[in-house]
Order: sequence, then C-alpha cells, then structure tokens
Amino acid sequence: MLGESYIRELMEKALRLSPADETEIVLEAHDSALTRFANNTIHQNVAEVNTEIAVRVVLGKRVGSAITNRLTQEALEKAIEEAVALARLQPENPEFPGLPEPQPIQPVAAFDEAVAGATPEWRARAVGAVCRLAESMGASAAGALSTGIYELAVANSRGVFAYHAGTEAHFTTVVMRDEGSGYAHRAAWRLADLDVETLGRSAIDKALRNQNPRPIEPGVYPVVLEPYAVDDILSWLGYAGAGALAVQEGRSWMNDRIGRPVMSPLVTIWDDGRDPAGLPLPFDFEGVPRQRVVIVEKGVPQSPVYDTMTAAREGRRSTGHALPRSRPQTASLGPIPLHLFMAPGEATLEEMIRQVDRGLYITRFWYTRLVHPRDCVLTGMTRDGVFWIEKGEIAYPVQNLRFTQGYVPALAQVRAVGKERWVLSEGFGFTCVPALLLEAFTFTGVTELPGR
Amino acid sequence: MKELLERALNAAQLRGASYADVRLVHRIEQSLLVRNGVVQGISQIEDMGFGVRVIADGAWGFASSARLTLEEAEQVAGRAVQIAKASALFKKEDVDIGPPVIQRGTYRTPVQIDPFTVPLEKKLEILLAADAAMRAVKGIAATEAEMVFIRERKIFASTEGSWIEQEIIESGCGIEALAVGPDEVQRRSYPNSVGRHQMTRGWEFIEECNLPGHAPRIAEEAVALLTADPCPDTVTTVILGGSQVALQIHESCGHPIELDRVLGTEAAYAGTSFLTPEKLGTFRYGSEVVNITADATLPGGLGTFGWDDEGVPAQRVDIVKEGLFVGYMTSRETARQLLRLLGPSPYVTGLSNGTMRASGWNRIPLIRMTNVNLLPGTWRLEDLIADTEEGIFMDTNRSWSIDDKRLNFQFGCEIAWEIKGGKLTRMLKNPIYTGITPEFWRSCDAVCNADHWVIWGTPNCGKGQPSQLAHTGHGAAPARFRNVRVFSRK
Repeated sequence: MLGESYIRELMEKALRLSPADETEIVLEAHDSALTRFANNTIHQNVAEVNTEIAVRVVLGKRVGSAITNRLTQEALEKAIEEAVALARLQPENPEFPGLPEPQPIQPVAAFDEAVAGATPEWRARAVGAVCRLAESMGASAAGALSTGIYELAVANSRGVFAYHAGTEAHFTTVVMRDEGSGYAHRAAWRLADLDVETLGRSAIDKALRNQNPRPIEPGVYPVVLEPYAVDDILSWLGYAGAGALAVQEGRSWMNDRIGRPVMSPLVTIWDDGRDPAGLPLPFDFEGVPRQRVVIVEKGVPQSPVYDTMTAAREGRRSTGHALPRSRPQTASLGPIPLHLFMAPGEATLEEMIRQVDRGLYITRFWYTRLVHPRDCVLTGMTRDGVFWIEKGEIAYPVQNLRFTQGYVPALAQVRAVGKERWVLSEGFGFTCVPALLLEAFTFTGVTELPGR
Repeated sequence: MKELLERALNAAQLRGASYADVRLVHRIEQSLLVRNGVVQGISQIEDMGFGVRVIADGAWGFASSARLTLEEAEQVAGRAVQIAKASALFKKEDVDIGPPVIQRGTYRTPVQIDPFTVPLEKKLEILLAADAAMRAVKGIAATEAEMVFIRERKIFASTEGSWIEQEIIESGCGIEALAVGPDEVQRRSYPNSVGRHQMTRGWEFIEECNLPGHAPRIAEEAVALLTADPCPDTVTTVILGGSQVALQIHESCGHPIELDRVLGTEAAYAGTSFLTPEKLGTFRYGSEVVNITADATLPGGLGTFGWDDEGVPAQRVDIVKEGLFVGYMTSRETARQLLRLLGPSPYVTGLSNGTMRASGWNRIPLIRMTNVNLLPGTWRLEDLIADTEEGIFMDTNRSWSIDDKRLNFQFGCEIAWEIKGGKLTRMLKNPIYTGITPEFWRSCDAVCNADHWVIWGTPNCGKGQPSQLAHTGHGAAPARFRNVRVFSRK
C-alpha cells in the first residue's frame, strides 16, 4: 500500500513538472490476490502489485494524455512530456469545459484490516472447506475468492486532491453434480460480511436440488428472480442508458421516458458511491464527489448521471460519475453509474413463490447482450438453477432457457420486491439488489443437443 | 533485465520450486479516438512488469509486480512459492507438465511500416476525414473513428533453460455511424463492429482499410436502416458475411475447443464445453465443407506469434476436418491430462500445441484462441447468392450471446438483405439468427473461396479470473447455412 502522504507528494511533484495550462493526475494502485478452484481443487493462485498513473494535460482546449505504471521521476516526466506532445497535435475541442474545481469530499470508511491481511493460506482454507463439502456430497465446486487493497487518488492543477483507500473481497462459486449446477456470489469490503462457507453451502444445495431437469417450452411466464438475475437487469440499465451521454445521443432507454411512469411503482433505483452498504468510492475519476442520483423513483425515470463534459453541455454540475478519462475508449462511454441500489420491498423469497400459480424460479442470467438499446432489450440464457413453480411451490427443476426481453418493460411487470438485498459485483461496478417477482418474462428458446 | 529474470528463477528454486518461469513484458499502446468531429482523446499507455509462475509442492503459484528491482524479483518469486504451497494444501494430484520444453530464439512481427514511426498528424487526418464523411450524411446522430497501435516486447525464461525474446506489433482501426429515428437506433460499422478490426501488421494495414473511402457508405446504410423493413420471423437459408462467420467461429468453435474449459477449470466463469473428451475423433461437428484450424503461424493474424507464454512454439493444428471434430487447443498441463484420460491416439499426443497466452505481465497464461479459422471453400460470393433462391444475407455483428456449454447461441447483425431469386433485394433491419452449434455447422453447405477470406481480429476476448482480454484471429469467408431460425426484435 502506498499511502496518502506518499501519493500526495508524488502527485504534487508531477503537477509541478507539467508545463501545461491545466494538468490532472489520476493514480490507481492495486495489491490484490485471487485463489481459483475447480474440480474441488485449487488450480490457480495469483497475486499482483501494480500502480498506474494517468496524466491528462490541457493546452487551451487541446487535451492529451499518457499513462505509465512506473513510479520513477523519469517515467513521470516522460508521461507528462508525451501527454503535452499529444495535446499539441490535436485540434481544439470547443466543447472541453476545463478540469473541475475542487469541492469538499467527505471520506467514507471502506478499509478492513482483515481483508488487507488475508493470506494465501486463509484463502486456500476458505475455498478448501467449500471443496471438501462439495466432494462429500458427490458434487464438484469451481470458483474464485479474491481479496485486495485499492487506492485511488485524483489531483489537478486547479487544486483538486482526492484520496481513497478501500478493501474488497469477492467470492463466486458454481457447484456441479451430474446434469445440474448451483451458484453463489457476494462482494464485500469487510471480510466479516463475506461468509464463504455459507455461500458454498447454498450453491451445493442448489446443485443437489437441480437434478434431472425437465424440458420446458419457450413462452411468456411469471418469474421469481433471485438477486443474481436482478443484478444483471440493473447493471445493463446503468451501463446501456443511465449515463447522460447515451441520453444526449438519443440511444438510451431513458429517452422520452423521463418523468413518465414506465415501470412498476415498486421500482426505485439510485446510484450512491458513498453508501457503506455497498463498495464505496466517494469521488469519481475527475476528483468530483459522487452524488446520490435517483435514476428511477417509484417507476418513473428521473435523471441519468453526469460527468463534467456531459454536465457542461446542459449547463449543470457533474454528479461525480466520470470514468477514467485518459483512455479514449473508456472516456467515449461517457458517465456510468457503478454503485447501483434498488429499494427493498417487504416479501421473502418464499412469499414471492407462494404468489405464483404457474411460473419459473430463476437463479441467474448468463451471457446477456444488448439486442436493442432503446427498450434495453437483452438476450441471454438462464443458468445454475431454473425451477418450475406450481401452485405456489417449487415443483421440479427445468432445463435452461434463452430469453429475449426488454428490461424496461420487464420492470413494469414487478408485482413484489424482496426485503433482503445482496451486494453483487458480477456486472459493471456493483449492485445492491433484492429478489423480484415479475408477472411476465419472455423466453425465446431452449437447448437440445443433436446426436453424433 | 537479464539479471532480474535470472534472480527471480534462482530465488524460486531456492525457495523450493520444482519448476519456474518468468515473463517480463513491456507494452506500449497508442490510442486515438475521434467522436462527432472532435478528437476525444489521444493516449499513450506504457506498462511494464514481470510475473513469476512456479510449481512447488506439486501445485501452481503466481505472483507479479511492476517494481523492476532485484530485491523485488526475489520477493515476488518467494510470494509465488508461498502461494503455490498454499495451493498444495488442497491439491488432489501433483501438477504434471510433461517433458521439458527448451526453446531459445527471437520473433518479431513482420511489418512493412512500423506504425509508431507514422506521425500522429497523419493518423488524425485519416480519422477526421472518415468522421467528417460520415457526418456529412443527413440523419447521422453520432460518429466514432478510432485507431490503436500496440508494441509488446516480452522475454520468457524458464528453469528448464528456455530464453525467448519476442516483439509483437498490432495495428487496429474502425469507424461507426449511429442514426437515431423517433423510435429506432441503428448503427453501422466498418471494417468490423465493437470498435475496430485489428491485425499483427503495420501501418500498411490501416492504409488498406481506407476508412474515409467506406465512411459515406456505412453512414448511408445506418440512415437507411431506420426505415428498412424488419427481418421476418421465419426459418430460411442464411448467408453470413465474413466478419460474422468469424464471430460464429470464435463463439461456437474457438471457445469450446479450449481444453481448460473442457476439463472444468473455467466452469465458474467462462463455462464448460459441449465438446467433451469422448467426442474427440468421433463427433460430427459440421458438414463436410467445414474445415477448421487453430493456426498461430498465419501471417498477420491477431493470434500470431513465435512462441506461446509457456515457451511452446507456434503451431497449426486441425480442429475440424471435413466436419469431424479432431483437435483441442492445449497447454502443457492439459495435454498431459488428456493423455491420461484418453490414452495416446492420432489426436492425443500429450504435448502442448502452444496456445497459452497471458494478457500481460500480471496475469497467468491461459489457453487462448490463436487464429481459429474456417478454411476457404470454392464459391465466389456472387455465385453463392445467385445459387440461393430464397434467404437472407446478414453482415457485421451487433450482439452475441451463447450458453455456458457453447451450444445455444443467438447472434444479431447490423444489417441484412433479403435474397430472392438469386439476387439481393430489400434491406432488412434488426436481423437475428439463433441455433444450436453442431446443428448449425452441419447445415453449412457452402463456404466462399480464398478471394473472400479475411483474417478478422478480435481484440476483446474475455476469459479468466482475474479477467483477461486476449487478442485472437479468425480467418473466414462468407458461408451459407440452411434451415436457420431468423427473426427481428426491437
């Protein structure tokens, strides 16, 4: 871990070295490790220490950037020189609003010594317990357990200096037995919030119940979605349309829907990078404090999130959702919400199942891809546990289905929302989401393997 | 740097490693992006570090660092051994990587013009010209034009005595035009979608792509798509354009032949494979016109190199021969596992076919596609269309989704045309086709000839935890498939 005072000194030195009109330095440091297992044994075990410094310089309205992962004075000088040389070559960007001014940033505690101190032996024992349990049940576990420290600092020549150090731990497992499989995943910044063994047990239990799946016809069914599937819905709504650039270019699901009731009144979605219930990061990659932005309030789309550039276009202030600006491909995505929350309801999973006469219980979606942006239509597969619900009870497992479904119209069909929420990190950023009961969800295909 | 690598190997052995390798990687990536007539950014990324991979107590360990000092080399090697010993707490059997692989040599991507010697002004001039040509078309709402150039120098050394130095150079470019109607969004891309087409070639590749020359056409097509008829919902004959065939190969053949997936080590993330070992040499993957190779020696392919990241030489391997499934992509460890599982045969040698690659110094090598190619057939495209009484021609991928065993796929394209009486007729929007992998490839009855064959580059293939993006190539020509379910969905 580099620490705030070292990083501040390094960044101040870099700012002094720059001859540009304006300069921004973004430093990201990782010290992370991951233990990967499959077939009930550890097969990959890796560790990484890396620091990346991104320099963005401004000459008038010309912007250039360079990135290095070397911390020497020589490397910093070279990066600044390269950024300046690149900026000089560019035509002016008349839209460039300048680097942001400093704003007060309230720190958020998100550092856990237990995560920072997690050893390879601790990770091995934690996943080993899951593997042994799976083996004792005749199942095969695969997955990954990661722990790491992350530092982000942003400084610019207008006086911005923002620093955050956090920890993260993630666990994912897929447990397979014969034809069926189960899944569990969670993310946390506190180790105490990541109960690896309990998660492993839930995946094993799902795999054991998911045996001899029966065929099922594609069609429109009521569905109970576990939070894993809801994570996919929120992630795509955020990535593919809840950023201001997508709205400004007319390719967002929010276009023509802001202020109109288009989802169930049970649906409220917001982004909050400061809430310690998630994986907090109190400022964005321009050093602007993250605001809590309500994206959907009781079924009514409210507002996308903004960075400095998209905010300037509309004469408003950034909400603190800039992605790293120094990589053109990332910058071209515009601002994206990475800390998404959905308001909980009052139902338990069992209560939701009881409300379904004939329908499906879905564990998760897999390999979902955007088919059409304006309705946020996705196609993907179910995976790791689909069950038929008959007269309010789980009846038997069924085979996986392909779906093609607009996520906006899907959320118009919400009849109940779970009261428990899970913190998940399988999409873009993380989500904190409940289970949902939807009246209708469209499945468009099944899988049948032809013979030899 | 030689001292650093040797120090790492020595330290690993002293701490108990029975095998160690070290990769030192120095990568420079230059990106240029023009968006809506404005230079969105030009960046240069320099990334350097080393990773040490060891076997200790019969288990794998890996550690990496960007700090290039002798002390760090020792510490990282020690950390890798510590991690391996932790892995060994729950091992079932000792890792077996087979006989030693001792290689020494150098490889450099052959380029006519080093792209890093071309002035940025010239690069920007092309991007701005292409962008302006797209924006000149009425109805275009947003445009994007980009170039990427990569130079990766790496040294691989192992305790078995290998010392390999390589320099891989890549050049990539692409343009996109977005048209927005009252209730419709349409995108067209060139040469390929998802940003760009990329090859292990020099500046000459960018010049051949001629972005400004194709810009008006794709912008006009994007606008025309707004009012085109939707693709009908039917079962029909489909001819796929070359880049879409490349995507089809990547998803439905390239991934399921990765032997690590097959053996379950990617089960929790990327998934497994329907091409299970007992199918090797017996399973009819496609029709007799379907011949697929994995070829890391193909000049210009994005998956072309001298040696893989285990120090195994680049090779050309048969994967599907006249429709029969005959080969996997393997590593040193998985090749041995397959040998133990199936015993020796014409398809099982126990030796790696050289497909292990890591996305950088800080990642462990995995089995990655090299250039997985559908070999050319005999048809000219115009003859193939003329030979098709009724059907749909689809081109340029827009969306892709496939299940975790790589069987059930659904792919959308940017554009399609109806084929009637052997001619391309009306344009169709939002075309989607879906199928089951072997059923689909068995329905392939024609592949276009070498004149239409392009080695398409995929610079964004995700796999592994922590996530790795690999650069893969796919030689492909347009091909025809019968009885395909097609539809359109907004």
